[in-house]
Amino acid sequence: MKHEIIETNAGLLIALTLVVISIGGLVEIVPLFYIDDTVEEVEGVRPYTPLELRGRDLYVREGCYTCHSQMIRPFRDEMLRYGHYSLAAESMYDHPFQWGSKRTGPDLARVGGKYSNDWHVRHLIDPRAVVPESIMPGYPWLARRDLRYDDIERRMRALRIAGVPYSLTEEEFAANVERFGEETARQLDIARARENLEAQARRGNYDGDPSRITEMDAMVAYLQMLGTLVDFTRYDEGYFVEFR
Amino acid sequence: MAQTPSADVDRSRTQVAPSEQYNYDIVKKFAIMSIVWGVLGMGVGVWIASQLAFPFLNFDIPQITFGRFRPVHTTLVIFGFGGNALFATSYYIVQRTCQARLFGPKLAEFTFWGWNLAVALGVITYMLGYTQGREYAEFTWQIDLLITVVWVAYFLVYLMTLLRRSQPHIYVANWFFMAFILATAILHIFNNLAIPVSLFSLESYSLFSGVQDAMTQWWYGHNAVGFFLTAAFLGMMYYFVPKQAGRPIYSYRLSIVHFWALVFLYMWVGAHHLHWTALPDWVSTLAATFSILLLLPSWGGMINGVMTLSGAWHKLRTDPIMLFMITSLSFYGMATFEGPMMSLKSVNALSHYTDWTVGHVHSGALGWVAMITFGSLYHLIPRLWDTKLYSIRLVYVHFFLATIGIVLYITAMWVAGIGQGLMLRAFDEYGNLSYTFIETVVFLHQPYVVRALGGGLFLAGMLLMAYNIYKTVEPVRREAARQVASGRTETTASASRA
Repeated sequence: MKHEIIETNAGLLIALTLVVISIGGLVEIVPLFYIDDTVEEVEGVRPYTPLELRGRDLYVREGCYTCHSQMIRPFRDEMLRYGHYSLAAESMYDHPFQWGSKRTGPDLARVGGKYSNDWHVRHLIDPRAVVPESIMPGYPWLARRDLRYDDIERRMRALRIAGVPYSLTEEEFAANVERFGEETARQLDIARARENLEAQARRGNYDGDPSRITEMDAMVAYLQMLGTLVDFTRYDEGYFVEFR
Repeated sequence: MAQTPSADVDRSRTQVAPSEQYNYDIVKKFAIMSIVWGVLGMGVGVWIASQLAFPFLNFDIPQITFGRFRPVHTTLVIFGFGGNALFATSYYIVQRTCQARLFGPKLAEFTFWGWNLAVALGVITYMLGYTQGREYAEFTWQIDLLITVVWVAYFLVYLMTLLRRSQPHIYVANWFFMAFILATAILHIFNNLAIPVSLFSLESYSLFSGVQDAMTQWWYGHNAVGFFLTAAFLGMMYYFVPKQAGRPIYSYRLSIVHFWALVFLYMWVGAHHLHWTALPDWVSTLAATFSILLLLPSWGGMINGVMTLSGAWHKLRTDPIMLFMITSLSFYGMATFEGPMMSLKSVNALSHYTDWTVGHVHSGALGWVAMITFGSLYHLIPRLWDTKLYSIRLVYVHFFLATIGIVLYITAMWVAGIGQGLMLRAFDEYGNLSYTFIETVVFLHQPYVVRALGGGLFLAGMLLMAYNIYKTVEPVRREAARQVASGRTETTASASRA
């Protein structure tokens, strides 16, 4: 009966609506930033190298997430098909997350190392040349276009603001050496981003053409590291369950 | 109790035509743009559905590959078609139920140009490869800022018009629209927090990462459904269904209870998109629980709408607009039953990542959102231009094309989703997987063809509607232009005589 008070007063209607719609989000989202067990403590997870980062940018650009998930669920069939279920820690440096919502193609969370570089290149250029029944679009332009990386430092700086431990100062670099080891810490140093990117592309020769760095180099470098960072033989299954 | 929209029929006090009393111009613009984006968005939808059945349709052209074109489809239909329909109907309803002219004509004009510019820029930038990579929030950060400004203007126009109302009560449709405006503002701002690569770059990185980012995104994603595609369209329903039926809303009390329950519960359920993922279990259990509870207010709204027709059921025999509205409420009831069911973890284990989800979304989006919009626009447009619909028969044809299209669409997706889900978890007698992933892709071909066909029928209905509306509006415009012209010749004639 007293609802009349609300429906005759626009200010009150707005205030009450704001209160009522805020509760759900506050209860479910805010604790995720404060409960330590939300993200597992696990060794091996590190931020992306400059080349992998550019590959990931391309993955987002092409909207791969509209057909591929990067989130293996703890089911027997998924374990057999894709590998160990995904940990929260494995996407802790993903801005934005790419867990996806639809598998028109298979999950890619652990695709790294499953196929050769050459397979990926041919598959991305013309999927049906490798998998005749595939319905995936071709991405031949990745092999044609030179990779743009003149803004790689700016990208890493932006991610650093968002919380990714790319280092700008000596102290940050030292902290990274402590946390990830010397070799990885160098990869995360923003000042060395360009040389690191070029070196990795040259060393990996992902697209089979050593004369230039193409978008294909970056994309394959990214795909080949997906899900490879954690060594699951070092952990007892019971350990991860504690975090769930 | 002033809870019937028919209160605004009483114009005896004002003695002016509604087209002069109210700002219909802005409503007309939004209504027409809704149809324009609708045709484009559904066209793109049929195209990408065909790409999944016949992948050569990607043509190796970057701008139209599935990955870039899918956000084009969702943005055009949700924000273009749906968004413009909501602006149109909310601006109409708030004026009619408050018996007050829309506040700030310039500001309202700004919301029109700003919103449609955002949709157009969004679509162009996705095709060029600029996206935030978040479903239904793919707009780059500059467009996000534009949308924020437009939304504040929308809130101001709406609120100030409410404050001009000539009667004490705020009609129930306006509660839903207000909740939609507020919730969308909060969701949009928090889900789009991002660090730009630079001031002049279209690219940015989301502020949150991994599990927190996933939770924020699906809190947004599901409430884009809950508030943008549900609460606001319920506002539409609460005005146009009683109007078209010529009867007051079935239960005033039910509308109060289901309004507050709906806006409270919806905000909890987003995490059911993340069952069995790396999201902590407590969040997904909580989301599943609230998803089940959400069935109650959803059906409260459906019952309130359907029962409004009690005593006037015969109208279904003669009025195709009523058919659209009642069918939309039926689909609303069905989709809001299917949703809680799919949010059960055991069901979700099968349905998630499959086409069942896509089918579910479309039984809501085509069945509920689009059908209630068609009904409302068919009711609204003749009144805006003060004329009659060009053809009632075409409305019937549209209705049957749309309904058959939806049925084909969702049954194909049930077959595809449940079939693929079962295949993926099948084991042979030695405990090995029975099917490889690619074998399930082969299985999906036939359902994908049927789905594209269903979408094609729905699009055909939409095209008929566009034609019908064009033939309805065009003579009025031509007549108006002729009057202006003849008025001008008369004045020049009388001037020369003098």
